[in-house]
Amino acid sequence: MSLELINVSKGFGEGKSRTDVLDNINLKINVGEIVAIVGFTGSGKTTLVKLMAGLLVPDRGNVFFKGEVVNGPGKERGVVFQNYSLLPWFTVFQNVMLAVNEVYPQWSKEQRCDHAKKYIEMVNLGSALNKRPAELSGGMRQRVSVARALSMNPEMLLLDEPLSALDAITRGILQQEIVNILGNDKTTALLITNDVDEGILMADRIIPLNPGLKATLGPEFKINIERPRDKTALNDNANFIKVRNEIIEYLMDMGGEANPQKTNSYDLPEISPVMPQSFFSKKTTKAA
Amino acid sequence: MKAVAIKFLNITGMRWGIPLVKLFSGEQVLQQLKEIGKTIVAPILAIIGFLLIWSFFASQITTSLGRLPGPVAVWQQAQSLWQEHLVERKKADEFYARQEDRNAKRRAENPGAKISTVEFTGKPTYIDQIITSLKTVFMGFTIASLIALPIGVICGLSKTVMKAFNPLIQIFKPVSPLAWLPIVTMIVSAVYVTNNGFFAKSFIISAITVSLCSLWATLINTALGVSSVNIDYINVAKVLQLSPTKKTFKILLPATLPLIFTGLRISLGVGWMVLIASEMLAQNPGLGKFIWDEFQNGSSHSLARIMVAVFTIGIIGFILDRVMVELQKLVSFEKASL
Repeated sequence: MSLELINVSKGFGEGKSRTDVLDNINLKINVGEIVAIVGFTGSGKTTLVKLMAGLLVPDRGNVFFKGEVVNGPGKERGVVFQNYSLLPWFTVFQNVMLAVNEVYPQWSKEQRCDHAKKYIEMVNLGSALNKRPAELSGGMRQRVSVARALSMNPEMLLLDEPLSALDAITRGILQQEIVNILGNDKTTALLITNDVDEGILMADRIIPLNPGLKATLGPEFKINIERPRDKTALNDNANFIKVRNEIIEYLMDMGGEANPQKTNSYDLPEISPVMPQSFFSKKTTKAA
Repeated sequence: MKAVAIKFLNITGMRWGIPLVKLFSGEQVLQQLKEIGKTIVAPILAIIGFLLIWSFFASQITTSLGRLPGPVAVWQQAQSLWQEHLVERKKADEFYARQEDRNAKRRAENPGAKISTVEFTGKPTYIDQIITSLKTVFMGFTIASLIALPIGVICGLSKTVMKAFNPLIQIFKPVSPLAWLPIVTMIVSAVYVTNNGFFAKSFIISAITVSLCSLWATLINTALGVSSVNIDYINVAKVLQLSPTKKTFKILLPATLPLIFTGLRISLGVGWMVLIASEMLAQNPGLGKFIWDEFQNGSSHSLARIMVAVFTIGIIGFILDRVMVELQKLVSFEKASL
């Protein structure tokens, strides 16, 4: 068991202005497993990641990492933030080095440089080593963020909608890259996403986060598709289509108004049209 | 060449010169002419209008020091101040030459003779006074920054400290330099008792008064900057478990630098403004004393000379501001593109 959440609840504010975001969340993630949490925007996904990262403390319940209660952030749990969170005054290399220096203070400077460069190369940013985040595209920034998290060699990687701000093509490429790197290192990972396809492509299990206040986790969907998964081939995979439809159906049901096929029946009063002609002739009106 | 010229004009704050450069390089002539009309002709018309109105009203008003000087009289005085400066420098050079001559002769007569050099003690020229003013304002500005920056960082880091300091800051911030000056004078006179110290008393009094008035902008901006650092950057520091020192120097200060420099820029502006008043009263031999002396002097040229000082103060203030803007640009990362 790597990460475990037991009866975790979290809300913000006090008294009347209090909003309960997450309620009674139970989740177990095994070592080496990639779990995706899928949900609508605003359902508390980022709050969930922050709880796991230790940036937030649950109101009730506990977050355990390797059997110990999580009290704060730790280097063993790397985080890739939704909005990159790169430091704009540092270059790509310096941003990654900041993390490497913290995790491997005992290494020589050369070792640390090589280590940082290795991970920057891994996300194909070798040519942008000395560029600042402002000079990079969104996809490149996200890669730096991934490289920074991976360079810490965390036991677990928390990915908070890492690809949601990217265009479809860059997104596809990065999905593949991240899965490859995670698979090579057998890193445990939790992926937050709003894209069901992305979840199926990358994860071993998908768990929907029910929308609305006091969000809870839905039933888990196991993805029994062999790796490596090819994005284009997946479209014809019967298994993929089945599990995708199941998840989307579940989310639609939970989403309520988001369901386009939902039909309501109303009792309509019986009315027949009154023509202006007949309005003036009392006979016909009464006869009707 | 063109790119270099445009960059130079940008840095010196003379953006109005850019269309001219582009015009001479034959780039979109019509558009450049329009631009020139807007950025060069319009301000020139405004300045000419101002000079006309000034000279008209000046000729209407007669003071006890004679007619109020118009632009021409002021320009003449500016030239005469420059001439006086040259004459004084020449005197000084001649004085040192004579002294050197004398000493050389003495050395020739008797190699073991004691040779003393004497400083030239002519009256300070207008240029000397400008330099004194600049030295004073930078001294005051440095003191202010050394006090305001650390306190600002501490206030930004801790809400409690901020709340504790806030009433004091709010009360002392609006106090005029003229109110501080007597207190500072008395304290400096009591504490700084040497007669041949490195700094003159009046210099220290002016500098301290300047710093008392100008430190607030830096303090408040630094505190605001540190306390409003993007939460994402703080989260990075938390996840990496950075030590407090590293957090301060790698995350907080870089993130705050743009705001700190805004504060420093305001501080320097306030300092320069306050300086004239404190020099007047502390008799620090700078521009403030120049104005005061001319006012007391009451010659027929005095008002014109004071007006020269007004323009000098304005132009130097503008230059100082430009320098701070450029420094600010240097340290700022591109916020908009994040």
